[in-house]
Amino acid sequence: MNHLLSIADLGADGIDELLRLTDSFVEVSSRPIPKVPALRGKTVVSLFFEDSTRTRLSFETAAKRLSADTMNFSVSTSSVKKGESLRDTVETVEAMGVDAVVVRHSSAGVPLQISRWASSSIINAGDGWHEHPTQALLDCYTIRQHLGGVEGRRIAIVGDVKHSRVARSDVLAFTALGAEVTLVAPPTLLPPRVDAWPVEVSHDLDDVLPKVDVVYLLRMQRERMTEALVPSLREYTARYGLTLARSRLLAPDAIVMHPGPMNRGVEIAAEVADLPHAHIVDQVRNGVAVRMAVLFLLLGSGTQGVIDG
Amino acid sequence: MAEVAMIVRGGRVVDQRGERTADVAVTAEGDIVEVGADLDAAGTGARVLDATGCVVAPGFVDVHVHFREPGQEDAETIESGARCAARGGYTAVVTMPNTQPAIDSAAVARQVLETGRGTVCDVHTSAAVTIGRQGGALSPMAELAELGVRLFTDDGAGVQDERLMRRAMEYGRALDVTLAQHCEIESLASGGHMHEGEWSSQLGIPGIPAEAEELMVSRDIALARLTGARIHFQHLSTAGSVELVRAAKAAGLPVTAEVTTHHLALTDACCAGYDPVFKVNPPLRTEADIAALKAAVADGTIDAIATDHAPHTQHAKEQPFDHAPPGMLGLETALAVARCELDVDLATLVGLLSWRPAAIAGIADRHGGPVEAGRPANLVVFDPDVAWTVDPADTASRSRNNPYAGRQVRGRVRHTVLEGEPVVIDGEVQR
Repeated sequence: MNHLLSIADLGADGIDELLRLTDSFVEVSSRPIPKVPALRGKTVVSLFFEDSTRTRLSFETAAKRLSADTMNFSVSTSSVKKGESLRDTVETVEAMGVDAVVVRHSSAGVPLQISRWASSSIINAGDGWHEHPTQALLDCYTIRQHLGGVEGRRIAIVGDVKHSRVARSDVLAFTALGAEVTLVAPPTLLPPRVDAWPVEVSHDLDDVLPKVDVVYLLRMQRERMTEALVPSLREYTARYGLTLARSRLLAPDAIVMHPGPMNRGVEIAAEVADLPHAHIVDQVRNGVAVRMAVLFLLLGSGTQGVIDG
Repeated sequence: MAEVAMIVRGGRVVDQRGERTADVAVTAEGDIVEVGADLDAAGTGARVLDATGCVVAPGFVDVHVHFREPGQEDAETIESGARCAARGGYTAVVTMPNTQPAIDSAAVARQVLETGRGTVCDVHTSAAVTIGRQGGALSPMAELAELGVRLFTDDGAGVQDERLMRRAMEYGRALDVTLAQHCEIESLASGGHMHEGEWSSQLGIPGIPAEAEELMVSRDIALARLTGARIHFQHLSTAGSVELVRAAKAAGLPVTAEVTTHHLALTDACCAGYDPVFKVNPPLRTEADIAALKAAVADGTIDAIATDHAPHTQHAKEQPFDHAPPGMLGLETALAVARCELDVDLATLVGLLSWRPAAIAGIADRHGGPVEAGRPANLVVFDPDVAWTVDPADTASRSRNNPYAGRQVRGRVRHTVLEGEPVVIDGEVQR
């Protein structure tokens, strides 16, 4: 594997391999000095065309724990205005001698486009509404950690699926691993041809909650109000928010997840986010280990021994 | 009898009169002087253009091309676009007005027509319905019509306002011009970059629903009924659109319609690799739409094949999919793609490429045949069956946004004769 562009490229076996590899990096991360020399001499660049603190920080931490050199290529809006093309930007970064480029862009497909021009490994850190593969991997890992596995689990993904790269990657990953996925959202926040997806669809969260092992809440973005997709945040919360009262409908061992950043009080009540069966912080923690596994798999061929060292 | 300057020898003539094996003799003045078997060139000094194994037909006419001049000459010029047209067997084209500035005044239209005059193709232009294609105020339609403009369109966008469209159609009736529409309701389509369907849902690309086109087709059919004015539908792309046009024609309304070669050959699945070469407007649709378009071609609902030849520079097409401009090249591949996609006889195919669009463009006096004495020698000679592989580098265009790279096709233009002059011989532009 040269790149990680889409969950679809991995398949069930590829996801399993990465989750197993993640186990070793969770162990590495728990050491007093959570660092191994696996990627010493390798250079990992973050090329973020869209603001992101959490994902960038997570990838940087992962690279540093593998002893890779890290660089940040900040693409501000002004440099886009200066007219440099995508291809020129990528070729500039590559000319500095890099081994992996972690790409975040507001347009779907950019990591795939870049991979055609690049000789280094391209890692999709989120492209428009399309995919966010490492988020899906860390979600699978978190579910496996708390529920023993993904296969056969019933997972509800609630909220703005239409505009969500997290949802697209999660649906691919969860269903590849054999979970039963139900999307819960008003029709305006679902993809137009969701009927072709291997999922169930519901518009009734109260009906779905008692039946699931995982409720996965998506971030509700405020700009959706201006597009007449929902009448108001208040009405959205009333029908699709995980309020405290609604959380009591969940089975006792069901877990609550969210990719962050949360809008407390909108898609998730403040109290619910802090309940013991909410594993949102675990997701962030696992994110570092999963990204270590991805970087290691792409760049660390033949250095398996150094993790144990 | 005028002196014979050239004989097109050994071909099979295909036109609205039928098919026959015949040579075509052309005068230095550019007129067909004789059509018949085994014409004698000996002693006349006439040039012989070999058409053995080929079809000799009235030159093709494209009612929908973008030559980007004035304003975007790095992508195409009238001169380079005309060379593409000639290589594709076209003897006449109608350029679209979405230049910079738009072709919405006599000054710009005159400039385009004058620049076109020296080229290897007969370049006509449409003009914008509204000033700046902004959908606000009517362009000087009568003044433009006096320059020879026969089609008015805001192509690239549809005229959104019903009242304004009604007025344009009514006003145009006195000028013997045709309103042509790029059918798309902006409030449904805006923000979309490909067909709204299974692929857009999966790829996370905002979609353009088929209904955005169909609603405007339906509206304009109603306006044709109201005004009695002719309306030509550009680049229809959906099953619903051709069904509406079929019904309108059955009701006797004065409507015509074109389909592009790419809407017959390519689907939204082509966008799976996020290559903006496959971004076009209207967007590539589904297999079901292609089947409906082909059925509409077969039953005559579709009048013409157009290319919507839309050059864009390499760097424009190397942007993210949702930033890249829509459009693809088409003039040099149209015959081959149409030949591969359409199961129709040669006379029907030539009609779709030649005399039927010539009638829509209002230039049937000089283009579209028939191939007979006294007519202008605007001819194409093509091999209907030769197989070849599309190579984007093999082009007269300034751009390379060819969606058929590597595709195996059949049918290729050998010669193009413009007003008696062989402007293309064996695929090579002669000047």
